[in-house]
Amino acid sequence: MPSGTKDVIKINFIFLALKEGIVELLYKPWPWYVAGAIIGLTVPVLLLAGNKPLGISSTLRQICAACIPAGIPFLQYDWKKDNWNLFFVTGVLIGGFLGGLVFRNAEGVAISEKTFNMLANNIVVDNQLLPGELFSWQSLATTRGFLIIVVGGFLVGFGTRYAQGCTSGHGIMGLSSLQWPSLVATICFFVGGVFVSNWVLPYILAL
Amino acid sequence: MRKLLYLIIGVAFGLALTKGEAVSWYRMQEMFHFQSFHMYGIFMTAIPVGAISIWLIKAFNVRTLDGEAVIIPEKKFHKGIVIGGLIFGFGWALTGACPGPLYALIGGGYTVTLVTFISALAGTWVFARFERHLPR
Repeated sequence: MPSGTKDVIKINFIFLALKEGIVELLYKPWPWYVAGAIIGLTVPVLLLAGNKPLGISSTLRQICAACIPAGIPFLQYDWKKDNWNLFFVTGVLIGGFLGGLVFRNAEGVAISEKTFNMLANNIVVDNQLLPGELFSWQSLATTRGFLIIVVGGFLVGFGTRYAQGCTSGHGIMGLSSLQWPSLVATICFFVGGVFVSNWVLPYILAL
Repeated sequence: MRKLLYLIIGVAFGLALTKGEAVSWYRMQEMFHFQSFHMYGIFMTAIPVGAISIWLIKAFNVRTLDGEAVIIPEKKFHKGIVIGGLIFGFGWALTGACPGPLYALIGGGYTVTLVTFISALAGTWVFARFERHLPR
């Protein structure tokens, strides 16, 4: 074999190994420091791309203003003027499609044993990102599913707008820019979450 | 073209949320029960990375693509931060999702999350309808 061909084979092999490695990494769940670093980098990248502050819950207001303004003053503004965030969340949706379907981790979420045992008392812990037993169309018709999906969703939309931000706008953007109101907001998010998760959700799951 | 850039940044953000399992209801319950470091690790990486980046932007006076100075909007305190924050927290624990993950989960094929999303829109709409009567 001429040495040139050998080199080509060698290069091809390295390329394949690299490609396989990358593909394998895409299928595996990412460690917290990788996911965290990319999420954190969104802050400067959006600022440098066009002075945009990271924030997601504002898109809910945008959609309301675009679809059902109903003469409400809070929804009377030119939502088209600053519609960058609608493009951003379309990207988030595509990212979810890639991460959740195309490069789906078939092994499921490796939660701690304690959490597993705690939840397994009431639901089937499956290999999805959300338990299928709770988040399914059949479940929607049950009291349990209705409370979690519909009431829960309502509280997310109402609360984030009242607090003028969510985990991204206050928790990541606000805290990264060292703003104390965002620290108060993030603490309240957590206090509310810890309360419901520990002392309310167990009763709902037992329904 | 700039809109496409925002979309691509969104893809990276959504992919990181999903592959980091920050969209998982299981992970949220684990976090709210302090049973794993995973979610705290994500926050404790993201916030310093964001903070150091902002510090670098300011220290070196880095400009935006349009050559503008970087402006960070000020978050003002009002009662809604506490009341709304707690209400969102309640919903976060139930649905296991913040608004970002809602989009990612819909993209990820969790179709019933569309209902969660429409409910969240309804919540925002009801807030908008009554915001003048709520304590601020």
